[in-house]
Amino acid sequence: MSKKMLSGPYLLWMIGFIIIPLALIVYYGLTDKNNVFTLANVLSIATAEHSKALWLSLGLSFASTLICLVLAYPLAMILRNRQMGQGSFIVFIFILPMWMNFLLRTLAWQTLLEKSGVINGILTALHLPTQSLINTPGAIVLGMVYNFLPFMVLPIYNTLCKIDDNTINAARDLGANFTQTLLWVWFPLSVPGVISGITMVFVPALTTFVISNLLGGSKILLIGNVIEQEFTKGSNWHLGSGLSLVLMVFILLSMALIAKYDKNGEGSAF
Amino acid sequence: MKKRFFALTMTTVTAVSLLAGCGGKAPAGDSAQSGTESASDSGELYVYNWGEYIDEDVITQFEDETGIKVIYDLFETNEEMYPVIEAGAVNYDVVCPSDYMIQKMRENDMLAEINFDNVPNISQIDPKYMEMSKAFDPDNQYSVPYCWGTVGILYNTKRLEELGVDAPTSWEDLWDERLSGEILMQDSVRDAFMVALKKDGYSMNTANETELAQAKQDLIDQKPLVQAYVVDQVRDKMIGGEAAVGVIYSGEMLYIQEEVQNLGLDYNLEYVLPKEGTNLWVDSWVIPKNAKNKENAEKWIDFMCRPEIAKANFEYITYPTPNKGAFDLLDADMQGNKSVFPDDADLAGSEVFTYLGDDVDSIYNNLWKEVKSN
Repeated sequence: MSKKMLSGPYLLWMIGFIIIPLALIVYYGLTDKNNVFTLANVLSIATAEHSKALWLSLGLSFASTLICLVLAYPLAMILRNRQMGQGSFIVFIFILPMWMNFLLRTLAWQTLLEKSGVINGILTALHLPTQSLINTPGAIVLGMVYNFLPFMVLPIYNTLCKIDDNTINAARDLGANFTQTLLWVWFPLSVPGVISGITMVFVPALTTFVISNLLGGSKILLIGNVIEQEFTKGSNWHLGSGLSLVLMVFILLSMALIAKYDKNGEGSAF
Repeated sequence: MKKRFFALTMTTVTAVSLLAGCGGKAPAGDSAQSGTESASDSGELYVYNWGEYIDEDVITQFEDETGIKVIYDLFETNEEMYPVIEAGAVNYDVVCPSDYMIQKMRENDMLAEINFDNVPNISQIDPKYMEMSKAFDPDNQYSVPYCWGTVGILYNTKRLEELGVDAPTSWEDLWDERLSGEILMQDSVRDAFMVALKKDGYSMNTANETELAQAKQDLIDQKPLVQAYVVDQVRDKMIGGEAAVGVIYSGEMLYIQEEVQNLGLDYNLEYVLPKEGTNLWVDSWVIPKNAKNKENAEKWIDFMCRPEIAKANFEYITYPTPNKGAFDLLDADMQGNKSVFPDDADLAGSEVFTYLGDDVDSIYNNLWKEVKSN
């Protein structure tokens, strides 16, 4: 009995801040202005503008996830092979910027990338050609990679740390070269971390609207922007909720993916 | 009208107002409570205003003078404010929406008539602006103007010279291909369409589908030339020399002129009202029907109309004041600043936004989405 009492606050928390808001989104998403049931909000994802925004979001978040993975995996391996203290110090350095609000860091990128920004200032001083990344999809991908990279590194690093050195040594003993060890030992054992990392980068990248606003100059419409505008500017909460429901499908998919590959929660980031 | 805070607080405020709008008990926005408990015997006043839209000393002064405790909350957009008032989760006593939103609230029977016997300082407001207000409040029953302004083109004289382009005089000039990548447009539906509609010689309050389709096509054609769609960043980007021209609210001009001097920039930023006419906007105090402290709200409005108070607010916000008394208190230099206080003749062809109804609003929103996703 007393154990059950202890879970009370968490239960209230979950009902108040997860279940009820979700139920409201479902309610708004499936009704129209007169509170009559409709599927129109959800189906409106098929309109040219919405589906284009969704595909663009999927494309950009896929690209950022891939780049994060390619960057994070070698880094995680290097970190793992460092001595204990050294490795965790580098991880600490890695997490340090996350203590600052990510909006500020994204704003900083804006200042860096601008036409008359810091990077171009340095390039001009060195008589090098200037870059014009700001307000392009490339800048958005850069922002996503920068912001979400730690979410890829940490779970992979954690699973790699859990791999017993003896497993690796055994593979070497049996004559596997580096590539073979990587492909057949390291990678399969780290799949839970990789999957967890992919989800933790893909989902926020898919739903972001701030990064695309700040670094895309609002010229590039992602599905997150569409939803945000329906709430803050369009006064159409029903449509915004309907589109959120569509996005939720992708989030549920990735949760299913985690459940399948990361049964023991090995890949959890923290 | 305009919001300096930008999207940064958007997420939090949206989250909170969601809760509030859905019948939760959470107060919307960042509740900045001030005043002392002991003052509560004179009652309370719930004020709902734009971010950075008042000199905060004025609030304290009001509390000291009247003993009324002010609970001061902020909103970011008219659209975000509306559902909060509609749901009545917090009974705000006095709110400061823009023109078209006042009309929407009035039409939906959400506003209380102001008892002008309690607002003697209304005489300080230049009748010109009461006239302007009739666009959204035909009998001047519901609203008292607080700030007003225009939308115009800000241009960088040096950059235009380098590009070999003459200074802009009309909206049409924002379609000049030589300005590719040098244009900053406003990132809001009505403002963006206003530019295109005015360029084509239509009313910015049109609901005519052919006119809107043409405006949409114009905006799509213009998009490759646009560097970015921004709201408050126009100011800083123009000061930083990021772009050659930008669509901007006149209230930013004082800050810009000051900054250009302080930084000793080697270029000038000039403001022009396009000859086709522009958006004249007014933000006014209104009292929602569900207000609990109506008399206190009237005291607040009266206080805001007091010339010295209006002057203090003008100096803080830098958006033009409709208060004649306050205008007379300004020095001659400021009074003659045409960027802030334009001549009536320059406003020919300008209009005030009106509320077009939810259906037309959603047509605008959909067309804007087409522009954005193109």
